[in-house]
Amino acid sequence: MFANLADRLAATIKGLRGKGRLSEADVEATVREIRTALLEADVALPVVREFTAVVKERALAAAASGALNPAQQIIKIVHEELIAILGGETRNLVFAKNPPTVILLAGLQGAGKTTLAGKLALQLKGEGHTPLLVAADLQRPNAVDQLRIISEQAGVAIFAPEPGNGVGDPIRVTREARVYAEQKLHDVVIVDTAGRLAIDAELMEQLRAVRDAARPDETLLVVDAMIGQDAVRTAEEFAEGVGFDAVVLTKLDGDARGGAALSIVSVTKRPIMFASVGEKLTDFEVFHPDRMASRILDMGDMLTLIEQAERVFDAEQTERMARKVSAGEDFTLDDFLEQMQSLKKMGSIGKIMGMLPGMGEMKAQLDQVDDREMDRVAAIIQSMTPAERQEPKILNGSRRSRIARGSGSSVNEVNGLIERFSQAQKMMKQMGKGGMPGIPGMPGMPGLPGLGGGKKSKGKMAKAIKPAKGKSRSGNPAKRADQEAGIFTPTAVPADLDISALPPELKKLLG
Amino acid sequence: MDSGLIYAGIAVLILIVAIVAVVAGVLLRRRGAPVIEQRPVAAPAAQVPAAQVPDAGLPGILEVEIPDPAAGRLHRLRSRLARSNNAIGKGLLALLSAGEPTDSTWDEVEETLLTADLGVGPTQELIARLRTRVKVEGGTTPEHIKKMLREELLNLVDPTMDRNIVMNADGRPAVILVVGVNGTGKTTTTGKLARLLIADGQTVVLGAADTFRAAAADQLQTWGDRVGAAVVRGLEGGDPAAVAFDAVRTGADSQADTVVIDTAGRLHTKTGLMDELGKVKRVVEKQSPVDEVLLVLDATTGQNGLAQARVFREVVAITGIALTKLDGTARGGIVVAVQRELGVPVKLVGLGEGPDDLALFDPLEFVEALVGDL
Repeated sequence: MFANLADRLAATIKGLRGKGRLSEADVEATVREIRTALLEADVALPVVREFTAVVKERALAAAASGALNPAQQIIKIVHEELIAILGGETRNLVFAKNPPTVILLAGLQGAGKTTLAGKLALQLKGEGHTPLLVAADLQRPNAVDQLRIISEQAGVAIFAPEPGNGVGDPIRVTREARVYAEQKLHDVVIVDTAGRLAIDAELMEQLRAVRDAARPDETLLVVDAMIGQDAVRTAEEFAEGVGFDAVVLTKLDGDARGGAALSIVSVTKRPIMFASVGEKLTDFEVFHPDRMASRILDMGDMLTLIEQAERVFDAEQTERMARKVSAGEDFTLDDFLEQMQSLKKMGSIGKIMGMLPGMGEMKAQLDQVDDREMDRVAAIIQSMTPAERQEPKILNGSRRSRIARGSGSSVNEVNGLIERFSQAQKMMKQMGKGGMPGIPGMPGMPGLPGLGGGKKSKGKMAKAIKPAKGKSRSGNPAKRADQEAGIFTPTAVPADLDISALPPELKKLLG
Repeated sequence: MDSGLIYAGIAVLILIVAIVAVVAGVLLRRRGAPVIEQRPVAAPAAQVPAAQVPDAGLPGILEVEIPDPAAGRLHRLRSRLARSNNAIGKGLLALLSAGEPTDSTWDEVEETLLTADLGVGPTQELIARLRTRVKVEGGTTPEHIKKMLREELLNLVDPTMDRNIVMNADGRPAVILVVGVNGTGKTTTTGKLARLLIADGQTVVLGAADTFRAAAADQLQTWGDRVGAAVVRGLEGGDPAAVAFDAVRTGADSQADTVVIDTAGRLHTKTGLMDELGKVKRVVEKQSPVDEVLLVLDATTGQNGLAQARVFREVVAITGIALTKLDGTARGGIVVAVQRELGVPVKLVGLGEGPDDLALFDPLEFVEALVGDL
């Protein structure tokens, strides 16, 4: 059901492999798959239709040119087209020549406007502005209180003369807010409006009045990334009703594929400016079109994975691990436990693995992975003494049976864990010692066959790891370099990394 | 140059891979072995001190509104849906009654269904059935098609499912837990549900177990005060399980009929938050069984709704769905997929912004509203 596009296309094209090049009918079939994949990602139907037409044209051209590996070719085309639409015109906030700059937030109920107002304010404050939050959502019970609390958390000023809960006139509040900001020298005014349904003419009228009172320099439409086919209509209604300059996508930290982003950009021709990725006020970032494209297609998203990892693995711990690995030191059960606990914070194993490119074929198995297993493994390790954790070799029969009893497992399970751990340990060591050569073969991984099946999974792993290089190189070097520079001795340069052997999308990433 | 950061990335990944390998290995070995029963979580030593219980007199001070009766609320949906020119049934009917359906007609039918967020799978199935029926039965009179459409749509929303909200538990208050992702309208639904129950002559205690979002408890308090339901609330940032526990106890002490617990919105991908939700339910269950777990789903949600429902079902065994913000969108097709895939019925629908715009879901009425007036 949730098979990703790459898998779908691979399956469709499998039958055609012998031919080596695509006929028109083949392209037709693949385009159909692309259509389904996009629909399942909640891209609006009219947009899907338009999009597939473009892809089809390009795919036909590619087919005619007799390109090798048509599946990859088509995915590449799709990916490029997606980025072209999503990232067509990114831009930043435009500030007014004469302050205050007024930013108006509009959107459906529950899209996350109030929270976003706080995030935006905090961001702007960090950039040296003095933002003012304006509570113009007088509809929803206690929205004003919520904004007040958020303003305290963000440490920014708030203008909330009305109690809300249906009392007060948002238009007047907005008008007064402008004056207030001018008096108190706030250079940015963020107006939080009440959520409304696009079809409610009366509320739309009110929003228009608020807009006229606010005379906003930027009107941002706040959209929930989980929205379905309604996205286009919502965007259109808002574009017609009040007009907006850019879009903010919220709740991107969920696992919604976010096809709505594509729909909205494509229909309204307005760029997506920011993405909101969590519940904390700091979980706010500039929108990345390339990542969104990968996400819509459900292609592995290494960058997000690494970023998530960065967020949960604390820097010091990662640094220590990395040093250990590169120094060829033993990776102990304690380290393992620590890393596993951090990993758990990133979500289910199945999901994390799913983010590695090329894991698609293993999806079915990944879905079977029971996350409670981590708890059991943790229980086993926690039943060991510190000495045992440092040096698992000392585990004799009686220690093992004690551990089994202590963790409520069986000796067999303890044995299994130790065995697999020592393989993993070997692998880590090899990594540190020889740099890359150890990875492609991953000799220490026989624990995996159960997961994906011997050879295949080795290949996958190798593939999974390589892109990390390319991507992390192009990610945010400045930040990373600051963090990591000087920690790693670049003893082993990955010399055997053969770019030509990589699938094209990875090649592209590697430049 | 930046080989340092390359290494960092690799190290993290290797760790992930290594951990997965070890854990998955254990798992696979385990398969077939008897499943180890989960140990019950040890009872908290001190009984949840975090929550404060307001004096029962508080609601009496304020003016208490009398909500509309529950019966016939869905009836109003009909006019709302009819007004919306996007109604599924209307579009389908118009297409199908335009004479002998051709391939392009079917494409348009498919489009209509997809646009309602029905999902690719159910859409194709419904089309296959309609196609077969049109071929076999041959009739293309509007009446016939209307009948066919009604039957198939009804089939799709499955009228045989039990959609009653547990309102009476013998001798103790019925406990309803309201869960969902952020911004779907949980607090609003909780408030409206309280009104619905009160309109039914019940006494209700509300538990403001959303201790995370700013002012969520105030929002629920406002709802409670309006209809005279006691609200049990905790400190902001406090333990939601403690608040839920206290709410149920207050309900039992005051011999209320129903306790409705509002929880904080959480994305289903946040493992920690989902664990917290599991805890809320477990802690409540120390005192009283949870009779109903309602997942609040926004009608504008797309295919992600299924992923949400799946995870929430795993964690708290949802027993029903409250579909909110249905007014004017006429979408919410995702619930069909959720019902089919997970067997969890829609029990409530939110029809608008008014305080009494929450109705018990009735498949017949619903389909009538879709196809009816045409």
